[in-house]
Parts: sequence; C-alpha cells; structure tokens
Amino acid sequence: MTDLLAAEWIKLWSLRSTWLGLLCSALIAIAICVNASFADLANWASYSPMTQEVFVPVWSIRDAFTDPAGLVLMLAASSIGAITVVGEYSSGLIRTTFAAVPARRQVMAAKVMVVTAVFLAYGTAVSAAAFVLSQAVLGGKGVSIGYPGAIRAVAASAVLAPVCALIGMGVGALIRHTATTIVTSTALLFLVPRLLDSRRYHWVAVLHDAMPASAWDRLTETAAETAVNMTRFPPTISGSWAAFALWSLAAAVATVLSVHRRDL
Amino acid sequence: MRRGRGNGTVVGVIQLHELTKRYGRTTAVNGLTCTVRPGQVTGFLGPNGAGKSTTLRMILGLTEPTGGTATVGGHPFRAHARGLRHVGALLDAGDVQGGRSARAHLWALARSNRIPRARVGEVLREVGLDSAARRRIGGFSLGMRQRLGIAVALLGDPAVLVFDEPFNGLDPEGVLWVRGLFRRLAGEGRTVLVSSHLMSEMANTADHLVVIGRGELIADESLAAFEARGSHPSVTVRTPSPAGLAAALAAEHAVVTAQDQTLTVTGLRAQRIGEIAFEQRIMLHELTTHAPSLEAAFMELTAGSVEYQAGETR
Repeated sequence: MTDLLAAEWIKLWSLRSTWLGLLCSALIAIAICVNASFADLANWASYSPMTQEVFVPVWSIRDAFTDPAGLVLMLAASSIGAITVVGEYSSGLIRTTFAAVPARRQVMAAKVMVVTAVFLAYGTAVSAAAFVLSQAVLGGKGVSIGYPGAIRAVAASAVLAPVCALIGMGVGALIRHTATTIVTSTALLFLVPRLLDSRRYHWVAVLHDAMPASAWDRLTETAAETAVNMTRFPPTISGSWAAFALWSLAAAVATVLSVHRRDL
Repeated sequence: MRRGRGNGTVVGVIQLHELTKRYGRTTAVNGLTCTVRPGQVTGFLGPNGAGKSTTLRMILGLTEPTGGTATVGGHPFRAHARGLRHVGALLDAGDVQGGRSARAHLWALARSNRIPRARVGEVLREVGLDSAARRRIGGFSLGMRQRLGIAVALLGDPAVLVFDEPFNGLDPEGVLWVRGLFRRLAGEGRTVLVSSHLMSEMANTADHLVVIGRGELIADESLAAFEARGSHPSVTVRTPSPAGLAAALAAEHAVVTAQDQTLTVTGLRAQRIGEIAFEQRIMLHELTTHAPSLEAAFMELTAGSVEYQAGETR
C-alpha cells in the first residue's frame, strides 16, 4: 500500500496544473482576507458606533474567514480533487493505471489518502496564514489565536479543504466526465445551500446546516456572533463537525467502491 | 522468472474459453476460444470493429466478460494485485495524461508495482525516448506515444506482452525496430500477442495468427498454414495470339480469362505455360507469376465479416 501512496503522490505533483492551482488559490484566498482587514481600517471612521463596539471579535475574526476567501478555497479544493479522479478517466490513463494495478480499490484508497493529506496541509497553511496576517493588519483591533473560538475557526477552515476535495473526488468517480463533474460538485457546494436557505421547516434547516458551506459558517462563528445571529432551529457545533465527517466519509466510500466492477 | 513449461502449467499461456462480450443487443465478442502460446509472436487480426480491442481489454481485466473466461498462466489477470510483472500491455498510446513528463509517468507506474526507479531509465533507453524523458507527453507525436506505451509494457519484465495496434503512427524505422523487438521478446520465451487490422504488418512479424471477424474466430493457425489458404497463384501471360494459347492452356485444364492480348491463368505454373507456348510456337511478351499474398488471404477470409465496408450498402 505504501507503494501505491508513493505512486499517487508522484502523479499529483508531476502535473503542473495541480500545484499551480494550489499555489494561486492559496495566494488569492489569503490576499482577500488581508484586503478585508485593510478595508476595515480604511472605513473605520464611517462605521456606526454600534458596529465599532462589536467589531472585536465579531468583525475582526470575520476578516480571517471572509466568504469570498472560503469560496475560493472550496472551489479550488473541489475542482482539483475532482481532477485527480476525472482526469484519469477523461485522458484514458485509468486503463493504464488499472492494467498496472488490478487491485482497483487499493488505487482509489491510496488516492483518497494522498489527496486528503495534501489538502489538509493546504487548508492548514491557508487558514493559518489568513488568520495571522489579517489580524496582524488589524493591529489593536485584531484578536489572538487564544481568543475563544479562534482556534476552532482556524481548524474548521483547514478541514474545509480536504472535505471539499473529497466531495470533488466522489462526484468525479461517479460521473467520470470533467465538465459535468465540476458543474455538479460546484452546484452541490454553493447552489444547494442557497436553495435550502429557509428556517420555516425543521428538516430544511437541518439539511441546510448539513451542507459543508453552512457547517463552515457555523464553525467560524464566535460566541458573540452566534448571539447576534438568533434563528429558529439554530445549528450546533457538534452537528457541523459531524456534517464535515459524514460528507468526507460518504465521498471517500463512493470514490473507492465505484471503480470495482466498472468496464473501462 | 519462470518462463516456458513448468509443473504441467504453462506460465505465459493466454487462454480464452468461450469468451463473450455483449453491449446491449450488440455482440462485440462471441464465444471466442483460443490459446496464445509463449515463445512466438501471435498476430491478432481482424477488420475494424471485429472485437480485437474488447478481447484484449477482457484479457487485462479492464472489461468484464458477459460469458466465458480469459486467463493468463491459468489465472484471471485481476487475481494479481499488481500487474506489470505478469502482463505488460500497450492498449492505447493515448492512455496517458499529457501534462506529465514521460519520466514521471513511468516513475508512478514503476513505483505502484515496486519496480526500482532505475528500470525507468533502462526502458526509456530501450525505446529510444531517453532524450525526451523530461518532456511533457502532451507534446509527443503518436509514434513517440507508441514508444512510451511499449516502455510501460516492458517496465515489469513480464512473461506475457500484449500490444494493441502498436504500429500506428510509427515511422518506417520505428516499424522495423518494433518488429525486431517483438521477435526478440518471443525469442526469450515470452508470450507476445500483437493486434492489427493490417495483414501486411503481421507478415514479417508473426509466427502464428488468430483471425477474428465480427467477434468470432475465423482462423487460429501458423502463418504458413494461413498463407496456403489464400488464393492460388495466378499467372499473367501477354501474347500476340491469345486465342490459340487460351485453347492450348484450356486443354491442360487451366482456368483462363482473356482481355485483349493478356491472359490470366490459374491452375498451371508459369514453367508449364512457357513449355506449352514453346510447343505451340506461340510468342510470349510477358509471363508473370503472382504469389498468393497474405493480404489476399486475409481479405478473402474476412470478406464476409467486414463491419464497415466502403461504397456498398449491406
């Protein structure tokens, strides 16, 4: 199995598009967060007294986890994750791969592990850099990593990357067509949460909160922000972590099991 | 590595038994039974769409048969967790990712089968791609991709090698090289199965032929036996007095067709035709024997099973 892990690692880094995509998306996501901090400093005078009062921590910590940066991270992770699977199908490399290693599920399991590890490192680097840099820019208006909820927010942002990469892989393994896979995984991550954004029925609220983007929103909230965001059927911290775990597990299982009996 | 015969089972034998593949109502391969033996190059021939590639994919466990079995050395190929040391295959030169270098492509495959990295350099030299090792495969010509595919097949030093249309896109020098390589691999006691839709490619390469048409076995015999099946040799004769010669040849039970001054004769050899003309004092301007070609034998044999035929409605 270590040989398959090593082989998948070679495949991942030997495609320039993989590491260029990782590098560019990381820089863009970090830049968005740092820019948000600069914007807050520039606009400070125009903020209402009430906003200024709750700025630390509600708004300051949000600068480290802005929605556009989360969007970039999720889009990059799901697309690059999907390409690691669907790229083999669309090019035909999958036949070369499975002729060399007839134990197909082992190949996909190795791919899942390598992609998970790489995106966990990527997510950790991006979210740590975004937090440290955005708070440094805010200076006295920033919070430290020791602030209640800060470490959880950084961890959730780090884990968001492998969760989305796995979802991309799972969708890719089931659909096996590049454009359809990217559209489907993007719709799943960004469109479906919007369609479910209603608090009228409990089950709709639960489905909404179980989407990766919603879980990430909840996990990056500080207690102060949660107090402001009073809603019906409020999402929970443990539920949000569970959502991350279930999505990852389902996607990994789909990726590994879907290949066994398929004609290529 | 054990090659050839040992303990009653032949290590490198590919055995197909009643192998069948259906896609919905289309039957791609129908009850194919044959044995591919080590120590020789076996040509796997058939017109386009005859089921060659489907058969090879079933041998390599990429496609699941609807019925029957395909085994290599007595086992289904998928019984092996790692394949490169058992069967080396070039199925389609395009089965690569263009963004990767030739070297990285081979590194990953070698690593997945616990083949030392040094072997990658060896096979790249063997196929003549060592100078292009660092280049992206996307920039390779079809001939270079074929060479890379052959490098993949050689990577695990396997006892069985399978090549699907390996001559496509190769330059004349490449074709000669590949023929020599196949002969050498067979000479080392390996099983070499090479598919093609062109008989001419097989004529100087294969010892044995398996011919299929519309998914069914048409012939499974040595190249010599296959050659003997083909059209009988015909002789072209040009003479100023065709009528007289035609009558004399017909008297010896030859089949003669005449067109102006040219006769096409079957059933008599050129030597006998010359003697008859000499006895009858008939002048000859030309006397040419047309040897039976493998191409002709192939065309004749598969005429009824060509899937896509030009200029004719079926």
